[in-house]
Amino acid sequence: MADKTLDAKGLNCPLPILRAKKALNAMDPGQILAIEATDPGSAKDFESFCKQTGNELVKASENGNVFYYEIRKV
Amino acid sequence: MATQKRMAIIATKGTLDMAYPPLILATTAAALDYDVTIFWTFYGLQVLKKNRSLKVSPVGNPAMPMDPLPEAFIPNILMSLPFVEAAATAMMKAKIKSKGVASIDELFDMAMESDVKMIACQMTVDLFNFKHEDLVDGLEFAGAARFFEVAQGADITLFI
Repeated sequence: MADKTLDAKGLNCPLPILRAKKALNAMDPGQILAIEATDPGSAKDFESFCKQTGNELVKASENGNVFYYEIRKV
Repeated sequence: MATQKRMAIIATKGTLDMAYPPLILATTAAALDYDVTIFWTFYGLQVLKKNRSLKVSPVGNPAMPMDPLPEAFIPNILMSLPFVEAAATAMMKAKIKSKGVASIDELFDMAMESDVKMIACQMTVDLFNFKHEDLVDGLEFAGAARFFEVAQGADITLFI
């Protein structure tokens, strides 16, 4: 269950990442941020974001045109 | 925690399209916990104006998509008519908005919020008779030697 949900649908690069970073900044370590996005580039971008920031990408899925991610804050 | 990574960018362009790369990379790097500095020089200073009005020029720009017309369909001599630049800029801004791409104003504000350091080239300020008060707050004014201080030891250095 996510502690916070970010609607990044309709936003294009780099906004989903920037909004996610901002949301994570306001959260506590261990909490989970859920993100919905429509930017097809976001799949690779969130993977890279997590790899570089140490946050954990616990879930990444796609349903039609909507991408869904869950990130656990490090 | 490992030492913070650093990125230093030189931004030299002041058109609407070319204001994007330094600001996209700077905001993204900041989101990846980089310490980021942009050194704005020459036409890049246009991006620092409080009342920036950046334009995109279709003149001599055959790669610019002009849909519904095919690329490079309109000859340069028509592109240089007075209203064409304004029309192309309006079209580009509408496209940017409709595709959910951030505006330059938004990206610039986000860069400032995420503590991207902005250095304005003082030589260019003098060269073009810009006034410090016409530029946004929070800038540092310096020259090439200052850039080297920033860039030495940076993990990523870009000239845009």
